[in-house]
Amino acid sequence: MTTSSKQPQKISRNTDLSDQEYRWGFVTDVDADMAPKGLSEDVVRFISARKSEPEWLLEWRLKAYRHWLTLQASDAEPKWAKVKYPPIDYQDMFYYSAPKRAEDAPQSLDEVDPELLEAFEKLGVPLHEREKLAGVAVDAVFDSVSVATTFAAKLEELGIIFCSFSEAVKNHPDLVRKHLGSVVPYTDNFFATLNSAVFSDGSFAYVPPGVRCPIELMTYFRINTEGSGQFERTLIIADKGAFVSYLEGCTAPIRRTSQLHAAVVELVALDDSEIKYSTVQNWFPGTKEGVGGVYNFVTKRGRADRAAKISWTQVETGSAITWKYPSVILRGDNSVGEFYSVALTNNYQQADTGTKMIHIGKNTKSTIVAKGISAGHGQNTYRGQVKIMPGAENATNHTQCDSLLIGDKCGAHTVPYIEVQNPTARLEHEASTSKVSDDQLFYLMQRGISDEEAHHMIITGWSRDVIKELPFEFAMEASQLLKVSLEGAVG
Amino acid sequence: MTTAAAPSPTIASYARDFDELKKSRGGDASPLLASLRERAWSEFERLGFPTTRRGNELWKYTDLRRLDSEAFTRVSADSIGDITAETIRERSPWSDDWHTAVVIDGQFVSALSRNLSVEGLSISELVQSAADDGQSVDLALGKLAVIEGNPFVALNTALFESGVLICVADGAEIERPVHVLNLFTDGADNRAFYPRTLLQAGANSNVTVIESFVSLGAGPQLVAPVFEIALGSGSHVRHCRVQLENDRSVHLGTTRVDLPANSEFNSTTFATGPAIGRNDVHTRLSGEGAACTLHGLYITNGSSHQDNEISTTHEKPHGTSHQYYKGILAGKSRAVFSGKVLVKPGAMKTVAQQKDLNLLLSRGVEIDTKPSLEIYADDVKCAHGATAGHVDPNMLFYLLSRGVSHHEAAKMLIIGFASEIVDEFEPAPLREYLYRKLEQIVPELESEGIL
Repeated sequence: MTTSSKQPQKISRNTDLSDQEYRWGFVTDVDADMAPKGLSEDVVRFISARKSEPEWLLEWRLKAYRHWLTLQASDAEPKWAKVKYPPIDYQDMFYYSAPKRAEDAPQSLDEVDPELLEAFEKLGVPLHEREKLAGVAVDAVFDSVSVATTFAAKLEELGIIFCSFSEAVKNHPDLVRKHLGSVVPYTDNFFATLNSAVFSDGSFAYVPPGVRCPIELMTYFRINTEGSGQFERTLIIADKGAFVSYLEGCTAPIRRTSQLHAAVVELVALDDSEIKYSTVQNWFPGTKEGVGGVYNFVTKRGRADRAAKISWTQVETGSAITWKYPSVILRGDNSVGEFYSVALTNNYQQADTGTKMIHIGKNTKSTIVAKGISAGHGQNTYRGQVKIMPGAENATNHTQCDSLLIGDKCGAHTVPYIEVQNPTARLEHEASTSKVSDDQLFYLMQRGISDEEAHHMIITGWSRDVIKELPFEFAMEASQLLKVSLEGAVG
Repeated sequence: MTTAAAPSPTIASYARDFDELKKSRGGDASPLLASLRERAWSEFERLGFPTTRRGNELWKYTDLRRLDSEAFTRVSADSIGDITAETIRERSPWSDDWHTAVVIDGQFVSALSRNLSVEGLSISELVQSAADDGQSVDLALGKLAVIEGNPFVALNTALFESGVLICVADGAEIERPVHVLNLFTDGADNRAFYPRTLLQAGANSNVTVIESFVSLGAGPQLVAPVFEIALGSGSHVRHCRVQLENDRSVHLGTTRVDLPANSEFNSTTFATGPAIGRNDVHTRLSGEGAACTLHGLYITNGSSHQDNEISTTHEKPHGTSHQYYKGILAGKSRAVFSGKVLVKPGAMKTVAQQKDLNLLLSRGVEIDTKPSLEIYADDVKCAHGATAGHVDPNMLFYLLSRGVSHHEAAKMLIIGFASEIVDEFEPAPLREYLYRKLEQIVPELESEGIL
């Protein structure tokens, strides 16, 4: 990524991490087209109308909204996660805001609002450079509405559809209707239901049978507009024998009040296809005192049909609270699920993250590698489920989750759920928790490497198993992020 | 916390038991015990039986709805049949050398008990001792097995009529093991038993305690024992728990252990039998340098269900703990391992390990294993692991290729898997007894032709 090369590598022992200004903290002044504050059936209708959605989608949203009301009435907001936050007032936020000229969508970069371009510039997403850059197409989500899509033509040649969710609803309604909610139904959980009712926009990708998507598809998310929730909906479909690699990277400007982000990502991997989904998440984590920051309550799930493969890779360094369990339903025989994760919590950040691997088909295989790093007052929980259903003959799973603790005020927790209903399954689960090894530190320091630099080296090496799963440019950015996020936590 | 959605229809039956017990006793001689029971009863009434409802993490995998439809009633002291010393010897782990407290249907029977008192050791009836001795027993009772939030501790505390008190003096080295033998006679169906044991090990003492549960009949029964173990600083307690009940029974056991500075507690469990079994073990390392091992073997067959709820809390530095459980599952049975290690802030240099290995022998079994770590101190080394799998075909082939019959080979592998835990049982007569049991149990496992 170009962002990484532009980031100054400030590593000084005496700097406290949180003293370091949040690099991407700026607010763009764009006239937002807002729905009235609060949530009601009218707001749902407003969003749907605003996006000129077909009747069936409005109905679907309303069903979700009505279901959400029953969930709220029965107090079904999940409480089992090891995270603490004040009660969320769902009537005290905005559910829709779009950049002003959203309706006449820009045809080329020249038509894009210069202010937006500037915002992306600050984010390190120079759109006009993109085409020259390493073959990455960007579908930029700015406050819920896509403003520019590049490389569309090249992708179109191959029959690949990569566009905003709203465009997909307009241009490919059959595909959307067939797959929307097929992996994460609107009744799935409290936040997914909320998302289903009020989702604003997101990305849509479809790769036709046998096509290997030649470039990494990429979306940048940004949260803007004080107090507005962000409800993305992403749907990626790999048709039979197709391959696609999708990157999601996020930064958000500084906000005083906490922001709710409840996205839903659905992956559909049809027979023999492969989807690789990578995330680097660096949203505003709140201040050193734990004020503000993004609440990242996300539902991500993929369905793997026969001999299909879904691989999730995530580097989570941002957000005040992360509540996220990218999962794979291994429905088809011989399907494969993978989950690679590094989650870092510093200051007062809390993360409760992990995965679910549900083995239904025969000879299904899953691998989980989860690394948690806690520093400051951070609380980091790995929570994962591996379930082998009775019909999943010869299913195998290997899970490894390791935690590192830096400082005596933080916490690292591991809560794996392993449920096996087939005797031919083979499962292995390993986990360890410790601080950075004194011996390793001593070895490096006696060779003249500073305490902090030595920590960085050890942590980078320790997270290598995950980082190496990321596409190259992302891998660079990710190790950079780990370094920056841990500044001041050592010594 | 567990809160019942609606009071179970069988609660009234337990309420009658509570009232009857109160009348028959004419109140406890010890006022402290009497007030403890009242508190326990009202807590039980408040909690009711736990449900597997969403969010009830402690009972997620164990369904107790059977207790809502089927009432188990307390038996009074005089209903104990004729049990001879010969029957006991034949049906339970036994050695004439041991200090044995015989508890039949929840009643301490001194006539059948042996060697209850040697220098440094005294074994006596708990309720009586509480009345005679006053304060010291009273204060210890219910201190570790906290009533609040624990429905079966509450139920036991409210309803136990008799119990065993084991006191080991400071510095005493008790050479031969203490055996608390809980026998359940072949009587009416649906009886409930509430064995209660309290062990107070003095500072720097050393003792081995065997706790066994044996049902002589085949009728359904509820056993809800509570064992409180208060170690003295620098003491060493070895604990062997043998659970051999019939396949229609419900066993809901609670063990609570406190480990002060430099004390050591080693526990090994052998559990098989009941339709629903649960071992709720919690050890608290409340002093520096305490060491705790909790090992266990569970064998489930038919439609039985065994839940191991094992937790260890490290409160002070330099503690070590080791949880190691192994399961053999056959038929349509289900087992649960829910291990937890909590390292509190400041408990530096803690070393904790947790492992659960399972052998799945047939279609229809289910293992739910959840080895969890909750760590709030950085200078620690904690690790856990879990596996589940079938009999290794390579090992089986190795034996078959050497002319061992299929049945023998499979039996060898299963007993071999179990032996790692069984070998830990001390003294030798107990271990041998368990191996004999294994020889009986293993061929009966429903393993779809593996055996």
